[in-house]
Amino acid sequence: MQNSYDQVALDLFRPVRLNRSHLIWLGILTIALFLCLYAYSIQLREGLGVAGVRDYVSWGMYISNFVFFVASSLIGMLISAVLGLIGMKWIRPLTRIAEIIALAFAAVAGLVIISDMGRPERLPYLFLHGRIQSPILWDVTVVTTYVLISALLLYLPLIPDLAIGKKILNKPKFLVKLYEILSVKWRGTKAQWEIIHRSMRILLILIIPVALAIHTVTSWLFASTPRVGWNSTIFGPYFVSGAFVAGIACVIIAMYFFRKNYHLEKYITELHFNNMAKLLVLVSLVYLYFNINEFLVPGYKLEHGDAIHLKDIFIGHNAGLFWFAQLFGIIIPIILLLFRQMRKPFPMLILAILIFFASWIKRYIIVVPTQEHPFLPIQHVPANFLIYKPTLIEIAITLASFILVLMIITVLSKLFPVIPVWEMQEEFELKEKGNQS
Amino acid sequence: MEENDKPNEEQSEQDKKQSRRKFLRNVGIITGGAVAGGAAMYTGIHYEGSKLPSGERLKLLAQDGRLLEVDAHHVTEVHLPESELLMQQGREGLPGHKWVMVVDLAKCRNARKCIDACQSAHHLRPEQYHINTLQMQESKKTAPYNLPKPCQHCDNPPCVSVCPVDATFKRSDGPVLIDNERCIGCRFCIAACPYSARVFQWFEPPLAEESKDIPYNIELNVPQKKGTITKCLFSADRLREGKLPYCVSACPNGVYWFGDEMEDAVTNGTTKETVKFSELLKQNAGYQLMPELGTKPRVYYLPPKNRLFPFEDGDQEEHKG
Repeated sequence: MQNSYDQVALDLFRPVRLNRSHLIWLGILTIALFLCLYAYSIQLREGLGVAGVRDYVSWGMYISNFVFFVASSLIGMLISAVLGLIGMKWIRPLTRIAEIIALAFAAVAGLVIISDMGRPERLPYLFLHGRIQSPILWDVTVVTTYVLISALLLYLPLIPDLAIGKKILNKPKFLVKLYEILSVKWRGTKAQWEIIHRSMRILLILIIPVALAIHTVTSWLFASTPRVGWNSTIFGPYFVSGAFVAGIACVIIAMYFFRKNYHLEKYITELHFNNMAKLLVLVSLVYLYFNINEFLVPGYKLEHGDAIHLKDIFIGHNAGLFWFAQLFGIIIPIILLLFRQMRKPFPMLILAILIFFASWIKRYIIVVPTQEHPFLPIQHVPANFLIYKPTLIEIAITLASFILVLMIITVLSKLFPVIPVWEMQEEFELKEKGNQS
Repeated sequence: MEENDKPNEEQSEQDKKQSRRKFLRNVGIITGGAVAGGAAMYTGIHYEGSKLPSGERLKLLAQDGRLLEVDAHHVTEVHLPESELLMQQGREGLPGHKWVMVVDLAKCRNARKCIDACQSAHHLRPEQYHINTLQMQESKKTAPYNLPKPCQHCDNPPCVSVCPVDATFKRSDGPVLIDNERCIGCRFCIAACPYSARVFQWFEPPLAEESKDIPYNIELNVPQKKGTITKCLFSADRLREGKLPYCVSACPNGVYWFGDEMEDAVTNGTTKETVKFSELLKQNAGYQLMPELGTKPRVYYLPPKNRLFPFEDGDQEEHKG
């Protein structure tokens, strides 16, 4: 029994090392990141005009991407806090993956918003001259708080693992040293466990309102304006429910790759995929419900502005993107996941990737088309003011944010076990006890 | 103390020495201080003596509007550097005024002279409009008309509400201005403005090189700055000089009336005729753009009735919305 108990730790610490393939992967990411940063240097030098945004559509890819990043980061709260607090045991091997994704997306979201600023060097003005009635101030406050709590939620349950890892790992040296420092003299005494359990509980409760706040406030960046298509009272819950769909897709993709590359089939099982599929259907149904409200109600009345907006996204030049987002982001996954064969790892990976793309495009559809038809007509301006087209530079800068997220996830999942070791051991012990009695 | 480990006797000897030294030092400080203080008081009295009240009293208007009386002798003129002066006065309205504009849609022939005057005063590109004239037609059967559209200078401005850094602000005399030394370029105000009145400097503005040594004037928004917002200012710099806005003076067709709501008077920029503001609105069924949004615009429109010129629809392909 002792043997297999230790086996859990050995299994989960096996991927924690630096091997060549991962160094190459990180190298490729770094080179790609620098290429994209070069694009940003052009934007800094020439001005935001190198992006496709103009006076009418003045928020484009960057803001859509920001909304998507904030959305994806919400998954940490759903998995760890909501499901954890109501006592779902099966999510335990997925909590750290969800927290890593949450932290990576939330932290990079802050950078994405800076890439959209005309004067990024004036960022400190937000603190020097900040005005509390601007939703931007609220967003900055809650996103920062969320990053902090997510980091703590990642770190605290990691401490006992670090103490275990300290004994198992013998190289590389810097990693052992890092574990030594980060494990803050953890000995696993009763008092220490109590502190961890209590602070975890506080954080898990705290993160629920904060997570709801970050995405609700992000939706208010739009809903607080009188624009057609944004002027909606359900934008908060509409965004939050959509966020869970995007976030679950991210977690499924990550689950698949970690399971395969780190050989964690024993810990991330088909049962987990099956359960995640059901969870995905649940949140997709909620999201579908909000979509029906968001489009059917104004579509029934067809007020002047709404009629133009809805015509544009239903059959106009944005229709292709809109229907792609709605079909692949919500409707098709709901239908397909009703079948058991689709709830296996590989089909779910494919579906999750589709949902991931569709979710990104959905943010774009929420942000851009509204600005293409303001209340007053757009006249006497060059043709590129009328319809927004992202430029190559803009796409490269957006890609940079994804590369950063991938780098953070790669580094964190290489330095630390992606599955909580002590929780798995605890589960193992319980199972053993159950077998004995 | 370092001497802690020394025998007691030696320590008390040390203490004595120390206290003696301390006493001498204190005496020195007190004497020195007294001499210095005396000298300072002596020169101070002399200085004050040279500024004894002259008996001449001056009446001054303080910044907050209070009337004060001081002795002429105590008055020193404050010389702010021009840039600072412009920054300070730019954020303060002209006291006792509430500027309004009335646009007579029946008169507009889309001469676009207002636009030219505005763009050259504010160093704008041809596609950047503080004021733009739009070809409007509400529905198929209704008559088309030209709509000159400056910033509406709302009394409840959505752009000011959402600005995170107080870069755009509502001034006490009516105009909504923008401080491009403060603007961070987030463009939340563009998103919030229902009148599409705001323009962004996507690239280095024209005349940036020529105007880089001019001190920044909030009221004129020159020099323009890359990565910041620029917008219609009701020509606040001209108002300070007691003149009509650039667009108003440039109009050849008598479209614009501009004036002060407090005086209930507006002057036509072309004919220079002055009429009662309230009467003009009442007699001509004046209205505001999209009042249902609750923005409370300071720009009023007179309906395009009895137009005596054809509607030229050269821009119809661009017509959207």
